[in-house]
Amino acid sequence: MSTIREQLGKRILVIDGAMGTMIQRYKLAEADYRGERFKDWHTDVKGNNDLLSITQPQIIIDIHKQYLAAGADIIETNTFSSTSIAMADYDMQSLAYELNVAAAECAREAIKQSGKPAWVAGAIGPLNKTLSLSPDVNNPGYRAVTFDQVVAAYYEQIRGLVDGGVDILLIETIFDTLNAKAAIFAIKKFYRENPEAPQKEIMISGTITDASGRTLSGQTLEAFYTSVAHAKPLSVGLNCALGASEMRPHIAELSHIASCYVSAYPNAGLPNAMGEYDEEPHQTAHFLEDWAKEGFVNIVGGCCGTTPDHIKHIADAVKDIKPRELPVVELI
Amino acid sequence: MSEPVIIKPYLRLSGLEPLVVRPETNFINIGERTNVTGSKKFARLIKDNKYEEALSVARQQVENGAQVLDINMDDALLDGVKAMTTFINLVQSEPDIAKIPIMIDSSKFEIIEAGLKCVQGKCIVNSISMKEGEEKFIQQAIICQSYGAAVIVMAFDEKGQADTKERKINICHRAYKILTEQVGYDPQDIIFDPNIFAIATGLEEHNNYGVDFIEATREIKKLMPLCGVSGGVSNLSFSFRGNEPVREAMHSVFLYYAIKAGMNMGIVNAGQLVVYDEIEPALRDLCEDVILNRNNDNNEATEKLIAFAETVKAKGKVEVKDEGWRKESVEERLKHSLVNGITDYIDADTEEARLKYPKPLDVIEGPLMDGMSVVGDLFGAGKMFLPQVVKSARVMKKSVAWLTPFIEEEKKNNPISQEGNAPKILLATVKGDVHDIGKNIVGVVLGCNGYEIIDLGVMVPTDKILDTAEKENADIIGVSGLITPSLDEMVNVAHEMKRRGMNKPLLIGGATTSRMHTAVKIAPQYDNGVVHVLDASRSVTVAGSLLSADQKAEFLNKTREEYQKLKQDFENKKPVKQYLSFPDAQANKAAIDWENYEAPAPNFTGTKIFNDYSLAELRDYIDWKPFFISWELHGNFPAILTDEKVGVEATKLYNDANKLLDNIINEKWLTAQGAIGFWTACSDGKDTIVVNNNGEAIYLESLRQQIKKAPGQPNLSLTDFIAPQTTGIQDHIGAFSVTIKGIEPHLERFIKDHDDYNKIMLQSLTDRLAEAFAECLHERVRKEFWGYVKDEHLSNEELIKEKYQGIRPAPGYPACPDHTEKYKLFALLGGEEVTGIHLTESLAMYPAASVCGWYFSHLQSQYFGVGKIQPDQFEDYFQRKGMNWEELERWLRPVMEL
Repeated sequence: MSTIREQLGKRILVIDGAMGTMIQRYKLAEADYRGERFKDWHTDVKGNNDLLSITQPQIIIDIHKQYLAAGADIIETNTFSSTSIAMADYDMQSLAYELNVAAAECAREAIKQSGKPAWVAGAIGPLNKTLSLSPDVNNPGYRAVTFDQVVAAYYEQIRGLVDGGVDILLIETIFDTLNAKAAIFAIKKFYRENPEAPQKEIMISGTITDASGRTLSGQTLEAFYTSVAHAKPLSVGLNCALGASEMRPHIAELSHIASCYVSAYPNAGLPNAMGEYDEEPHQTAHFLEDWAKEGFVNIVGGCCGTTPDHIKHIADAVKDIKPRELPVVELI
Repeated sequence: MSEPVIIKPYLRLSGLEPLVVRPETNFINIGERTNVTGSKKFARLIKDNKYEEALSVARQQVENGAQVLDINMDDALLDGVKAMTTFINLVQSEPDIAKIPIMIDSSKFEIIEAGLKCVQGKCIVNSISMKEGEEKFIQQAIICQSYGAAVIVMAFDEKGQADTKERKINICHRAYKILTEQVGYDPQDIIFDPNIFAIATGLEEHNNYGVDFIEATREIKKLMPLCGVSGGVSNLSFSFRGNEPVREAMHSVFLYYAIKAGMNMGIVNAGQLVVYDEIEPALRDLCEDVILNRNNDNNEATEKLIAFAETVKAKGKVEVKDEGWRKESVEERLKHSLVNGITDYIDADTEEARLKYPKPLDVIEGPLMDGMSVVGDLFGAGKMFLPQVVKSARVMKKSVAWLTPFIEEEKKNNPISQEGNAPKILLATVKGDVHDIGKNIVGVVLGCNGYEIIDLGVMVPTDKILDTAEKENADIIGVSGLITPSLDEMVNVAHEMKRRGMNKPLLIGGATTSRMHTAVKIAPQYDNGVVHVLDASRSVTVAGSLLSADQKAEFLNKTREEYQKLKQDFENKKPVKQYLSFPDAQANKAAIDWENYEAPAPNFTGTKIFNDYSLAELRDYIDWKPFFISWELHGNFPAILTDEKVGVEATKLYNDANKLLDNIINEKWLTAQGAIGFWTACSDGKDTIVVNNNGEAIYLESLRQQIKKAPGQPNLSLTDFIAPQTTGIQDHIGAFSVTIKGIEPHLERFIKDHDDYNKIMLQSLTDRLAEAFAECLHERVRKEFWGYVKDEHLSNEELIKEKYQGIRPAPGYPACPDHTEKYKLFALLGGEEVTGIHLTESLAMYPAASVCGWYFSHLQSQYFGVGKIQPDQFEDYFQRKGMNWEELERWLRPVMEL
């Protein structure tokens, strides 16, 4: 298989859709989450989707295979919360490394079983604690976690993902840029300390939380991009929080300022009153097709509420459209 | 399909917003005031933990046009890592500051890294260099790169800082090659600082430094066109410090040439740059000669500039604030002023509102009350603190004062329409007591919550309180007091209310009051509602419950039940304590070895007067903790200034207090008057101290602890600390009184100005000064006048913790609870004329900011509480005192076993 950079020069690549939405379909019970190994675990673990990479690997492999069959070129590991910091909610900090290895192996296994070439992106989520925001309104200088702690947590996740065999490290759903900077720092540190480890591409995907066009931590899109550009990523993009129709102006802007490839994987619209996403696959695909025609994007896919059906529609819609051309970066 | 995008190799920075340094950007102002090495003010704020104010320095920089904010915490006395972390975290929470990129400035790399860990945007590191060799330089560059920061590289190598043009260029070029070829830095992320040094210092070898910088810059930009050039501009004019107009002119001229040569950013005071063209031509020419080193043989140009500088005087500059809120509707402006405590525009805004609304009262009941209800809600939710609320009240009062004449006018024309319907609360400090800070605060807070306050002031007799309450038809009566006899006065008020058949609820507050005392002694006197109120914040909910038709009955019933239970518990508990008989207690006095004791003699006997003691000196003795407590901010000083919850407000309050103190001291608002005295004295071996006042014997009577103590623990009496007559030792006792006089006209002024905030502030500071005076004199007594510990070295904190030898107990306080001994103390010191203190019928001292007490020097003397005494001691004490039984019983009631 050619490198992802070669492929990106030729066509728009498709990244998969939601993992959580798919897991919900299995209607798993507490006992299913626990499996044999954690049957006596002292906290409830239902809802710890990342744990399924260990306890129900077949389900995770199955979901990956559905996305591969739908046309995904890049599948994301089931590791959105697989850090010691996020796992503390279940008192499973010590499992962080193992979860990442297991999830990466599930993705690899799915590709093997499906027989279709694809890349595995190791998903690095935003954490449930933020470095730029104080959780205490009366004490704006307070932080619930330190930069060093976040770096340590991400470092362990990265080590697990690399050991598990991912092709890409994907820092995603960034609502606090400083957390993302800690993840970038951790990647650089990992490679400084492990020079023999195989090099991985980095994808970065931020989250614009509302119509103001800013991240939750208050940065404008361009400020965000400027703050993470030192990762020298394969792509930068946006995901989550917005549906495609709300995300459009931001993707348009990003496509003008990013010197790397641009990715976009919006939610299936905005959640309805019941908290469910009801944008139909063809609707999402229609938006992304428009962006592709405008030359905004190189990688497209879906986030919350999207399904293999959405991905199939998206893949069909963009497959013959020329990808966004990389900008000319002047050196003098 | 669109055309391919072209991305230029510009330095791109970011805060919350991006900053792209384009060629046409010309020059980036870097705010320099948030630098402890460059700004004394900022340094002081950081050292004093006044981060809130320090933030305002940063905000001012942004408002003045800084495009990047330089932050430096390099000070030997600071924990730089901590200060950098704290300050940047706070900056990140202020969107109007955090919008611009941060320059993290330190000569210590660990401080730089601490800063980098706090900023989401792309920063500039200022600076790294090769002064410790290439290896370290590369290492630090890699770390900066991992954080995505641009770097300033100082022209500094293993041999030192580059001074000549050639060295500057060579070092920068060498650093450039390392950064781009070995570390992988983008050239546009590299900024050189080729060192701006002071010129016109008088040393000829310094004269070309300006030219060296400018020419090196030109060459650097030619060699490495994508890199930036920056510098600390203020260094240039270092030899003219203190002469701002000349410095500003030099900076402008220098930048004019340096920017032309390619310098594209610089650390400058953004609010303070004169436009090149607007510099006085004569001065500009002189600056050019000096900077460009022209006509400067034998320092000629330098001498001329120095001579000119003498003739230039600094002119004040007006700073402009963000006044965006002024564009809102008048209602919003009034609300903004109320919530933020701003009085600047209140008269004009009130007038505008008055013209807008049909009746002046509508302004109060409409926008003003709306604003105050926001204040009340924020206070209730713990989002505003008392000092802020008091400031809001000041604004409210000013606005109401503006409206009052119009309301009066309208009343004349239409008497019915203008009757206010706010519930009335009457407040008073009871007879014999002069302390009213707490009562004033309660008044303000209740006022903020929509009640009309009738404040009768201090030393108000019961009849006057109750007559006024009836006449004004007050809805609630609140009484307050600080000294113990006031407790009895409150019992009396309650008793009288019942006798008069009143039905208004009675609120009890003040430092000596307690729920227990209220339940046991006051509540049983009056059936229609007695409620103890712990502090001003509680007064709002209590008043609310009492004035709500739905809640009142239930609230009073609940309170009554609670108090009855407290009273029962209290009565049931009584027998638990065991007491000694008075003779047994006397026999168990403090074991002091008098045989080997040498009593220290004071420098003089008789009295010494301090008529106008230096307030500036007293300031250093202030114990701030009680000050904060009086504002309902609880915590230790100075930790409270950085407290998570109240730190910001505590800091503001502290700053305001110090500002007022400055005025008090500089403008001599107050006078500190004190008296001390020493007399030979002996004890009678029991509980009387015999003082020899010029041959006349004065008998000081003490009370003794009577509770049964653990084996080996004495039953103390102050008499124990004076050598018994039988020992033959020539011992001494001392006494003192201090008072701070002259507060009245200033209070008056604040009251007239409707400025409760400063009124209460002045009162609490005056109290603190009196306490400080007592502390200060006591120290001088120990070291100097009595001189029994000449080499004492205690910090203010240790003084506050009473780590000194000897004590200064005050009559009416736990070690000598009998207030009436004050008569003897003041007689010994020379009476009202000498002390400046008047004793009220309750033996409170007036002025309220007064302290008195006895001095004991013995090493074993200590503070203690007498506790409760038994009838046998009362009987003995009665015999010694020669007072009327009932009267003595009244005075000693607080220590009598009930």
